[in-house]
Amino acid sequence: MSAGGLHDLQTVALTVNGSERTVAVPAHRTLLDALRDEMGLTGSKTCCAEGECGACTVLLDGRAVNACLVLCAEADGHEVTTVEGLSERGLTDLQEEFLNAGAVQCGFCIPGQVVSAEYLLRGNPSPSEEQIREALSGNLCRCAGYQRIVRAVQATAARRRGDRG
Amino acid sequence: MAEAPARPADELDLQAANGSPARIGRPVLRYGGADRTTGAQRFVADLSFPGASQVALVTIPVGCAEIVGVDSSQARRVPGVLDVVTAAELPSPMPRFGPSHQDRPVLAAGGVNFHGEPVAAVVAETTDAAQAAARLMRVDFRELPGVYTLDAALAPGAHLVHDPSIRPGDPRAERNVLEDALYTWGDVAEAQAHTDVVVEHDYTFPMVTHFPIEPGGTVVVPTEQGGLDVYSPVQHPYLLQRTIASVIGLPLNQVRVFAPDPGGAFGGKQNPKLEPLMAFIALRMRRACRLVLSLEETFHAMRRAGCRIRARTGFTRDGELTFHEVHADYQIGAYADVAPRVMAKGSYVAAGPYRIPAVRIAARAVMTNTTPSTAFRGFGSPQVAWATESQLDAGARLLGLDGLEIRRRNLVARGEAFVRGASAARADGEWRESLEKAAELVGWGEPLAPNRGRGIAVGIKPGATSGLSQSLVRLLCDGSAIVYAGTSDMGQGARTLWQQIVAEELGTPIDRVSVISGDTGTVPFDLQTSASRSTVFMGSAVLEACRDVRRRVLELYAETTGVPAEELDEAPGALITPDGRLSLPEAAREALGTLRGEFIGQGTRRLRGKGDHPLGGDAAFYEFNATAIEVEVDRETGELLLTKHVSVSDVGTELNALQVVSQDEGAAIMGLGHSQMEQLLLDEHGRIRNLGALDYRIPTFNDVPLELVTAAVENHDGPGPYGSKGISEGALLCTAGALGAAVAQATGVVIRDLPLTPERVWAALRDAEARSRADAELRSAP
Repeated sequence: MSAGGLHDLQTVALTVNGSERTVAVPAHRTLLDALRDEMGLTGSKTCCAEGECGACTVLLDGRAVNACLVLCAEADGHEVTTVEGLSERGLTDLQEEFLNAGAVQCGFCIPGQVVSAEYLLRGNPSPSEEQIREALSGNLCRCAGYQRIVRAVQATAARRRGDRG
Repeated sequence: MAEAPARPADELDLQAANGSPARIGRPVLRYGGADRTTGAQRFVADLSFPGASQVALVTIPVGCAEIVGVDSSQARRVPGVLDVVTAAELPSPMPRFGPSHQDRPVLAAGGVNFHGEPVAAVVAETTDAAQAAARLMRVDFRELPGVYTLDAALAPGAHLVHDPSIRPGDPRAERNVLEDALYTWGDVAEAQAHTDVVVEHDYTFPMVTHFPIEPGGTVVVPTEQGGLDVYSPVQHPYLLQRTIASVIGLPLNQVRVFAPDPGGAFGGKQNPKLEPLMAFIALRMRRACRLVLSLEETFHAMRRAGCRIRARTGFTRDGELTFHEVHADYQIGAYADVAPRVMAKGSYVAAGPYRIPAVRIAARAVMTNTTPSTAFRGFGSPQVAWATESQLDAGARLLGLDGLEIRRRNLVARGEAFVRGASAARADGEWRESLEKAAELVGWGEPLAPNRGRGIAVGIKPGATSGLSQSLVRLLCDGSAIVYAGTSDMGQGARTLWQQIVAEELGTPIDRVSVISGDTGTVPFDLQTSASRSTVFMGSAVLEACRDVRRRVLELYAETTGVPAEELDEAPGALITPDGRLSLPEAAREALGTLRGEFIGQGTRRLRGKGDHPLGGDAAFYEFNATAIEVEVDRETGELLLTKHVSVSDVGTELNALQVVSQDEGAAIMGLGHSQMEQLLLDEHGRIRNLGALDYRIPTFNDVPLELVTAAVENHDGPGPYGSKGISEGALLCTAGALGAAVAQATGVVIRDLPLTPERVWAALRDAEARSRADAELRSAP
């Protein structure tokens, strides 16, 4: 491929929250910016833009990634689920437990926390406290609802196992 | 003594809360919480402004320089670039603004005073174009010998951060000291005669940055009427409105500030910063202009003042304080912002909540060529508390007392003065209860495992010393209600409290109370969202507005039904009639009749300051906190493992138990940040070396103590609704002191510089071992 200009557009076709989307973006456009600016999905947030804070966490083919570190073009042909996708049928049990536990303060990091926690619970229905901390350690919360978030994840796990919480 | 149960969240019975008629004190779910979990909550960067032009800032890579020239020719050639704004495109002389000193230029004029200060702005059709063009800007500058440390700023002949011309009439204009404060009482020389032990040490507290997860930004939209709509996630929308109106020259009604909920603020989003520049750009462009900040740009916009404290403290052999001398230099940065106030208010409580016959506190706000420091949770108190609490422990160690006992012997009782003299301050709570509760919860006195230690400390912070909050409450004909309250909801959950108060006072179910905020065009005045004031100030205004509604319901009910008003009475949620009790919404419906309509209540809470008080007035309340920490120190690596962290706050009355827990835990962890890991590091050009999330560490999930327990002491003795006090800052006031004492007990080594990073702890242990080896060799030498 010849050296394309900064603003040469590429066509990227991907599945976002179950719908097929096609966007024309420059090669350097991140998945995060494409979701927010091209598709109007602003639930994924921008903070550090270098993969340290987790505010932009989405599922790419079911795996949690920092959308700021993925180029939109890399998602061509892949499936992306954002926090909006998780919430399509109203609040999930996990989101309810975030609220019950008092885990939501300013709320800016919460969409990323919810996606990371959902990813953890899908792979590990009974995570220990240590596993929860480790799985979420890439999601910063400056209001530091960390202890509340751990409880929310534990309560969700218990609910999904059918335990009476 | 009041009940102060330790309360992990599981014990908070939400189901009972939601179904219960008693709404005060219960852990009601957060207003707007659901939207925050689904991504539907719109922060400023999520708002859509079709046709807006995008702005990128241009900076230079040094902290202090004279601007020789700006060449924008290449930048202007980037497709999509609309304009480049430099000082030449703005009024001359450059307008300046600031909450107390009008020293901050709208855009750097002639020179740059700190790393990251913008010298130009590029306006373009797209963010890509604006950023690409910003990189092509050529700024020719001559670096000056900036002052980046306290020592450099205070040295004779130091470069002056501000040219004396912008400090007219200021006798200190030839120095980098912007303001100072002196608080003295008693006679230190005389007190020394009754002193058995004196400890004297230097302490340092690092510069740290707020690091809100939402970097934020500003959008300014010119209106057809010649005014401006300003969107910015600020804590003080009404101050921003006044600032914009003043620098542009518009009446207040032509400046409408929309303040989307801040995604974390912690004091950093109080005062105007880049909004005036954006207002000038939007007026020039005659179209909406949007600036979204990066996290790195927030490092250049806000930080906490670093501090160096020398403290000299006397004790009797019984551990009673005889005198305390503090000299505190706050490193405030390149512009005043609110930092002189941080220095004055923080150092006012530098002697702590103790009974001390003689005190001398001298503090200075020292300017340096660094990011302007501003309000940051704790507002100058954590810095001096670090020194004073450590001094208490130093005295205790010499006297063979423990950290709890020496505080018991010196802590003031309710009503007793801890600041003496003309502007005395007295304890407004039973503070000892918090101290004892923290000791009990941490297991003070229980045997310790090897390499473990415990520390306990206390902290106080003055609340607001003046204030004004105004509110409107509309009770609609179907019994639902709308509250207008200008408090910014930045995570503390203010709106939830207003719902609870309305539900309590008007008998309206919580889910039928909505809150309007963040719009100076529709919501009445509120001075500011700061100093944990909103519960007390706005809460009282909302309460009064509700009571105003009740009186109006009574009057109209009398008129409509013919029942004489003297035979009616009102109570929370009810109208009392000769035939019995009517729920207020029902009485309102009856009173309004077939024309319907609504009741509008108004409430105001005003606290006037006192001109002769050094802080401008007595604090409306004090936040008091006791923190106890148990730590395990890895002697090989210097790493600290917090096995238990207890925070107990004197809250008056908890209006919402769940939100109090969230605030306490959040503040406690933020306190661990500046105690254990956070610090801004500068290079010799004044550049921030650890700029951004990769290199500047804040606490993560893995930094939460193994056990984090918070508790509240409730004596219903605050000035706010139902006896409440402000509570949002207490849990970080004395974190550092508790941790430092715990590390000292675990290792036998005292460290007086923060943060207690593994490297610093390891080096201190190594040095101590080397010293003791040398001592041993000396002793064994023939």
